[in-house]
Amino acid sequence: MTKTYAELLRETRAGVRELAPQEASQLADSKPAHGRPARYIDVRETSEWQEGHIVGAVHVPRGHLESRIEAAVPDRDTPLILYCAAGNRSVLAARQLADLGYTDVLSMSGGFQQWKSEGRPWKAPVVLSPEQQRRYSRHLLIPEVGSEGQKRLLDASVLFIGAGGLGSPALLYLAAAGVGRLGIVDFDVVELSNLQRQVVHSSDRIGRRKTESAAETIRGLNPDVTVVQHDEMLTEDNVARLIDGYDLVVDGTDTFETRYALNDAAVRAGTPVVHASVFRFEGQLTVFAPFDGPCYRCLYPTPPPPELAPGCSVAGVLGVVPGVMGLLQATEAVKVLLGIGDPLVGRLLIYDALDASFQEVQLRRDPDCPACGTVAAATVADAPADSSQPLETTLS
Amino acid sequence: MTTIRIPPVLRAQVGDAKQVEAQGETVGEVLQHLLSQHPVLSDQLLTPEGQLNRFVNVYLNGQDIRYLGELDTPVGERDTLIVLPAMAGG
Repeated sequence: MTKTYAELLRETRAGVRELAPQEASQLADSKPAHGRPARYIDVRETSEWQEGHIVGAVHVPRGHLESRIEAAVPDRDTPLILYCAAGNRSVLAARQLADLGYTDVLSMSGGFQQWKSEGRPWKAPVVLSPEQQRRYSRHLLIPEVGSEGQKRLLDASVLFIGAGGLGSPALLYLAAAGVGRLGIVDFDVVELSNLQRQVVHSSDRIGRRKTESAAETIRGLNPDVTVVQHDEMLTEDNVARLIDGYDLVVDGTDTFETRYALNDAAVRAGTPVVHASVFRFEGQLTVFAPFDGPCYRCLYPTPPPPELAPGCSVAGVLGVVPGVMGLLQATEAVKVLLGIGDPLVGRLLIYDALDASFQEVQLRRDPDCPACGTVAAATVADAPADSSQPLETTLS
Repeated sequence: MTTIRIPPVLRAQVGDAKQVEAQGETVGEVLQHLLSQHPVLSDQLLTPEGQLNRFVNVYLNGQDIRYLGELDTPVGERDTLIVLPAMAGG
């Protein structure tokens, strides 16, 4: 005996429990004393799901219902609230799940259309382009990143102070990771002696601005990334403007003046700084998170005399050491941007390449710190970010 | 004897040693013993008044001595001191 669609639907509906969006919402929000809380199952097509869905819903398209529901909801006694666009497909799907042994299946009448028209909460999922899904597929497989995390990276902005030994590898990997906006502060040009470690540049770009050279490499690596070139030296006068609008700063500079100027402005702006420095076979790394952990002035209140702190151009550096440290900076930057893991806040990592060893020391906030101590913190809270006078940095 | 890790920038002044050993009951005494063997380090570690320079940190088993008992912090035979001056290279 043949049936029309309308007859099939009417017969099936008679054997399926339905509930209105308001009742569905109450059921899903209730915390049962026994058993599992109810789950929303969205049985619509992928294109419909991507235009928006109920917060917390699991997407199991009706075409894959039988094959995927066991993975999505292993416990057959979990109350399930099925919904589609208007409340018809969900009735048919409810019948199929009952046949599979699910004991508590409901269909939401009126579907997602009625849910939305009643002003109930819903959200549009993050949708990456097909090319982005391929490019970042290894990220998307990691639960800690996924589409939401990748979108967060794509929406993030990181400022690099220096496109040199530390900045080069960090720039490459943050660009590859899809951090959407990368600013680069550097007033230098590419020199032959840079190329032993500054891998974002190349031999055919000797004499060109480092910002321009790095931007060209990044464009070739990942077109999702916008590069902002700041062809200037970071000073106390321009630092607040330079760091404004960035989520995080990667400090790869090579002078104490710059490091202190950056620190003070970043503390005032509340911007985290991933800090590293290198000397020959050794590197140091930490994350300065303003007011959550110590700042650079808590660690070193004053700079050392020049003879105690020669730069790479004087003392030399094994090229791979800034490579290692720059990649650790990139790693910490990604962690901070995603809000995952345990960033290196209040800890300083010391890498010794010759020993192949890492050591860690504990850092503390200095209550008397002129940048982030008790008095300074109160001042910052009262003043706009760029209004404070530069702190004195005595360079011996 | 307490082990002191010498930072790369100062190693040339202690015969290229990465670590040296020195005696003392406190961090200050251990550092004084180190300086008696290598007086050239004195200006780099201590102020003329005998305090630790602010651009050098000393960690006892990973903890900053400024938040322990400074130079009066007691040390044991198996303890390790890390001397860590600021580095700027990038």
